[in-house]
Amino acid sequence: MGKPVDLVQGTLDLLILKTLSLEAMHGWAIAKRIQQVSREVLQVQQGSLYPALHRLEQQGWIKAKWAESETGRQAKFYSLTAAGRRQLEGETANWNRLSAAIDLIVTEA
Amino acid sequence: MRWLAQLRMRIQMLFGRGKAAAHLDDELQFHLEQQIAENLAAGMSAEEARFAALWNFGNPALLREQARATWSWTWLELLMRDLRYGVRTLARTPGFAAIAVLVIALGIGANVTMFTVVRSVLLKPLPFNDPDRLVALYEHSADDQYPYNIIAPGVFAEWQKQNRTFSSLAFFGDAEFNLSGVRGQLPEKVHGAACTWNLLPTLGVQPALGRNFTEADDRHSANATVLMSWGLWKRRFGGDPAILNQTIHLDGQPYTVIGILPSGFAYPDASTQLWTPVYHYKPAEQMDSLAAHQFQAIGRLKPGITAAQGVADLSVITRRLHDQHLDNPFVSKAANIKPLLEDMVGDVKQPLYVLLAATCCVLLIACLNVANLLVARAAARRKELAIRTALGGGRLRLLRERLMESFLLSAAGGAAGLLLAYGAVHWLLSTRKDMSRVEAIHIDGAVAAFTVGLIVLCALFAGLISSLSTKSNQLLLSLQDSARGSSAGRAHTMLRRSLLAAEVGLTVVLLVAAGLLLKSYQRLRSSDLGCTTQNVLTMQIGLPGARYKTPGLAPVNFFETLLTRVRALPGVDEAGIAEAVPGQGYWQDEDFSVVEHPPLPQGTAQYAIYRFADSGFFAAMGIPLLRGHTFDPNRKLDQADQAIVNAAFVKQYFPNEDPLGKHLHNEKKDYEIVGIVGDTRHSLAEDPKPIQYYPLDEGKENAGTLVIRSSRDVKQLAMPVQRIIQEMDHDLPVSDVLTMDQLLGKSTMDQSFNATLLVVFAGLSLVLAAVGLFGVLSYIVSQRTGEIGIRIALGAQREQVLRKVLFDGLRPALFGLVFGLAASAAAARLMRSMLYGTQPLDLVVFVSVAAMLLLVAALACMVPAWRASRLDPMRALRTE
Repeated sequence: MGKPVDLVQGTLDLLILKTLSLEAMHGWAIAKRIQQVSREVLQVQQGSLYPALHRLEQQGWIKAKWAESETGRQAKFYSLTAAGRRQLEGETANWNRLSAAIDLIVTEA
Repeated sequence: MRWLAQLRMRIQMLFGRGKAAAHLDDELQFHLEQQIAENLAAGMSAEEARFAALWNFGNPALLREQARATWSWTWLELLMRDLRYGVRTLARTPGFAAIAVLVIALGIGANVTMFTVVRSVLLKPLPFNDPDRLVALYEHSADDQYPYNIIAPGVFAEWQKQNRTFSSLAFFGDAEFNLSGVRGQLPEKVHGAACTWNLLPTLGVQPALGRNFTEADDRHSANATVLMSWGLWKRRFGGDPAILNQTIHLDGQPYTVIGILPSGFAYPDASTQLWTPVYHYKPAEQMDSLAAHQFQAIGRLKPGITAAQGVADLSVITRRLHDQHLDNPFVSKAANIKPLLEDMVGDVKQPLYVLLAATCCVLLIACLNVANLLVARAAARRKELAIRTALGGGRLRLLRERLMESFLLSAAGGAAGLLLAYGAVHWLLSTRKDMSRVEAIHIDGAVAAFTVGLIVLCALFAGLISSLSTKSNQLLLSLQDSARGSSAGRAHTMLRRSLLAAEVGLTVVLLVAAGLLLKSYQRLRSSDLGCTTQNVLTMQIGLPGARYKTPGLAPVNFFETLLTRVRALPGVDEAGIAEAVPGQGYWQDEDFSVVEHPPLPQGTAQYAIYRFADSGFFAAMGIPLLRGHTFDPNRKLDQADQAIVNAAFVKQYFPNEDPLGKHLHNEKKDYEIVGIVGDTRHSLAEDPKPIQYYPLDEGKENAGTLVIRSSRDVKQLAMPVQRIIQEMDHDLPVSDVLTMDQLLGKSTMDQSFNATLLVVFAGLSLVLAAVGLFGVLSYIVSQRTGEIGIRIALGAQREQVLRKVLFDGLRPALFGLVFGLAASAAAARLMRSMLYGTQPLDLVVFVSVAAMLLLVAALACMVPAWRASRLDPMRALRTE
């Protein structure tokens, strides 16, 4: 396994939205989930994660609720809003276009 | 509904910030705990797990900051923090803060006041309908002497009939009314205007109550009607609408009040309180004259017509009249136009702009001074700033703090300045009632916006200058050099010196301008009027024409009795009556011919100032009788056929002959010249002109100025004299009871006002500059205590130290002085038209300003220099 990849600006938002589209989660779990699903390739630093979460919350794409975590402690659970779901769709489409284009260049050229 | 969620979020973030911060801490803490738990599960010891988690987590404070940075209102939070910090730093040095606020308050206050005046008087459109199409009309006199001469009614009538470029033309003249009292009120002299019926429609103004004049009112045969100002109606008639269609008595004649004008209406000027139709008011025979120039005219240009087209149109008509009356030299040959606003405020334009420029200088000096103080503070806080920068304080952050500090100072200063301006505007309104459009002056939204703009400008100016003085790449240097205890960095003192030089330069400009105006004013006041000005009392009397018909014996008898009784009062040395006294103005001229001279060529005329006087006037006024004698008091009415002329008259019209015994022909009558009197000035600023005096006893005049001279305090005679007049005719108001000194003071009010204000501004800047010099030099000395201590310890003479420090302080003052004198030379030329009897490059003024400035600068520098030379070397070296 190589060095964890730094996330392209804006991609983190997409990853968070995608991760939250399945269920409500707290910050720690989001980071873990991204790490696991990407097979340890993507590692989200706290320094990026929490500012991103707060920014998405300010923009109204995700909302937060305090609830009991699996350990029994109160934790802040984030979930998608309707607007966030639409945003996710848009960003996913965007991403697909972008990665397909990059893929084309990398493989063809 | 995203915007709703966002809005809710925003409100939450604004009011629940403390809670959100606690939640953020909690959230981060949870993350940490999860990490520790994971580490424990991976088999680490408790301590290891904790340490690894913290290591992984990074700087929690930074993380918190970054998360918070995404919140809304962060800018507000930062602003509040800077604000709190700024207030705290300023509160630590209340003396500095108070001085800075005061300095800015003075600068902004003066500036806002002058801006208010300039805007209200010069820039705001006139409060009339479509004012851009209103123009003032003038005749261009046939001899080219007066391109802007007032108009003759006969010419106007032709303009009215023949013009094709104006939708409306109107004219008016001054009128003084004796307003009789009702139910025991005292009679009052009221200034009014006699105007054509369409003056108000031309301006586009409707009466607030009642109706306007109709064309039918404006005839000699019509019933007398009058319109009243809002102010007079409120003051004299209690604002009772019942006054409409009632009769008031003006000059003893009944007038029907047909309307009240809206409050704030002030045309031709703010002192005009009554308006009456001119063709009814003036004798019909005067109104056909093509040559008697006595009215001011205005016109409204038709849409699409330019002023130039209007002028051409009227000029053609005037030229035709001129050519038809070649025998009359007083029929003008062309017309002239000025925009109405220009016509009303043209006189005050330059002085107001000069004063505005002066206040701008004061503000600039104030800003420079505050910048200077801030630079000094920054220098004193150099170590603090250096340490903060070393610890990672952002440069922008530090700059923002500095700007916030200067913004706080400016804002407080601006608020105080606005209050100051409010007071100053009120003071101005009460002292300068005579200024045109003074009624339009008030502080409004635009002025408030202007103040805010000034505050921001001051804050940026002072803040940026002081911020620029600290360069980040010098931080290490500043840490080092303060540690070594050597002199302050050169860049600092350079900047402060340049600021000081600029300050001194501006001060010099203000001082020179003030000096020039002051000298002009003194010249003006000391110019020889040609008569006594000490212990002379004057008052205006106007006899109502209805009861004192002219020509007639009634006014002659009244004036004779009055003079006899006044002369009998104890304390009265002399008394006399004339139409106007020296210094009171030009009033009127008349053409004349000398009977013994050959007739003048056709189309030419000679004219001179024209005055009625009684036989005792010259003695009372102290005008010397050079030759001959005064009027014979026994010759009355038609037998009063004597004339007196002044020396200038003799010089111009009888250069090589004896005028005594010659005859002046004037209005179908010959007058023998019986005396020659000394020259007098009709206005302080004008050289003596030829004057012809005619006997009051002729009975042609029923208004005049009573002159009383006494060897005692002449003001005490005002009451007894007024009592005599009341006894003789209880319905006769007396106005303008003034000593000669007061009368001249009033006539030079403009000059004294401008000079006084500029002197105040200049004085203010001088104090600011002195404070700046003192502050900078004290600071430099305190920074160099160690160096000076070493010098003294090594044997430097105290005088040497004194001289060196003094020169150090005086150098920027000298630079500033040179630059200021050069700038003044340019500025003085611009204000040439405001000067009287003084050259723009007046050597005395320039030299005394330079001397005064050097003296003040030397005094300001002396204290710190002396203190430096008295340093105890041992103590100086130990303080480091």
